[in-house]
Amino acid sequence: MWQVELRSRLGNQASAFELDIAFTSDAQRLVLFGPSGAGKSQTLMMMAGLNAPQQGKVVYKDKVLFDSHSGIHLPARQRGLGYVFQDYALFPHLTVRQNIGFALAQGWSNPSPTHQDPAIEHWTAVFQLQAVADLYPEQLSGGQRQRTALARALVANPRALLLDEPFAAMDRPLRQRLRSELLQLQAELSLPMVLITHDEEDVQAFAQEVIQVDKGQVLSDSNPSD
Amino acid sequence: MDTAWVALALTLKVAGWATAINLLLGVAVGYALSRWRIKGRDVIDAVLTLPMVLPPTVLGYYLLVLLGRRGAMGQWLQQNLGIELIFTWQGAVIAASVVAFPLVFKAARAAFENVEPTLEQAARVLGLSEVAVFFRVTLPLAWRGILSGTLLAFARATGEFGATLMVAGSIVGETQTLSIAVYEAVQAGQDQTANFLVLVTSVSCLAILLGAGYLAPGRIAGQAQRGERSCGK
Repeated sequence: MWQVELRSRLGNQASAFELDIAFTSDAQRLVLFGPSGAGKSQTLMMMAGLNAPQQGKVVYKDKVLFDSHSGIHLPARQRGLGYVFQDYALFPHLTVRQNIGFALAQGWSNPSPTHQDPAIEHWTAVFQLQAVADLYPEQLSGGQRQRTALARALVANPRALLLDEPFAAMDRPLRQRLRSELLQLQAELSLPMVLITHDEEDVQAFAQEVIQVDKGQVLSDSNPSD
Repeated sequence: MDTAWVALALTLKVAGWATAINLLLGVAVGYALSRWRIKGRDVIDAVLTLPMVLPPTVLGYYLLVLLGRRGAMGQWLQQNLGIELIFTWQGAVIAASVVAFPLVFKAARAAFENVEPTLEQAARVLGLSEVAVFFRVTLPLAWRGILSGTLLAFARATGEFGATLMVAGSIVGETQTLSIAVYEAVQAGQDQTANFLVLVTSVSCLAILLGAGYLAPGRIAGQAQRGERSCGK
């Protein structure tokens, strides 16, 4: 499913950093695990097309997204991947409903605060955001923010979902609840997900396959379900 | 007293045009300088900021050299388009634009630099083109900073004196703006006219400031806070 090879020199002269990551995976729930600064976020951004490696290849389900040899570099907007940012990156000037419907309007103006669309209603209901649909992101709790970010990504019908440390900013009880919600969601949608984390509990709760990353290198690639 | 109203109308016309020009150019240049990592960016920024610190007479002199009948641009404009800018209200607009330009582009650059890059990336992943990202995410998050710079630029253009006098002169109804009319009245010993002009100018400026306060209310406090936090990097 995933075929990823990335080579890139990152950072500035003071803290130069060699990223050299290669893996293939067919897991529905792939976890990249490692300490912060290991290159996980860079890897995920390169998979999504938000950053380009100097050399390498990214293939997803037989579709080449990036290939430095043949000069293929699909921009992020054409990759059809959903991305949940670490701090959720909700648009602060838009309501929850506008955030969720963001991808449905492809023109130069944002959906209006009263924009009606079956997909918005569906995902607002799935994530129980009806009561806060007209609020702005700053007025939401941490869990509601994450659900809004998930809904916003899923409205666009992504082919896979990439999640950058989705539980890092939460207290323990909320983290456990949202982990099981995400698991359930993955199972219901059978949508392939790639999650990066530095938290071993995330690995245990979520991973079908875990790739351990440190200092820009793959340390181990284990598939527990084998 | 007619002079005062004529001068006020002309001042608003000149400052309005100068502000409109600066809004377009200033936002474009501010955006370019905030995003393009080009060599010599600091030099470009410094050169474009010069009008803020140079004496207006020096600016006026530069403009005369450039746009005058024997100036490089002035000659071309007259021969090819039949346009003459010196001693016209359009010349006054150019003088006011140049003087007020740094206020807009500086504010725009700072406002664009304060927009979180991840928000733009989130929009890209959701399928938006670069133009759509600009109009749907970047500009809405930066407009408050741009607006405050634009209002300052309008106020600056309203009060412009030195460069305008050198480039456009003091022709009643054509280039004699409020600040120049005040100077002329005092020089001619017309105290009553001067008093009235000063009163009109002060009230107009107060109205602009109150309008600025009304136009930029404290909407979306979180946005402003985010801006302040990322200032420190």
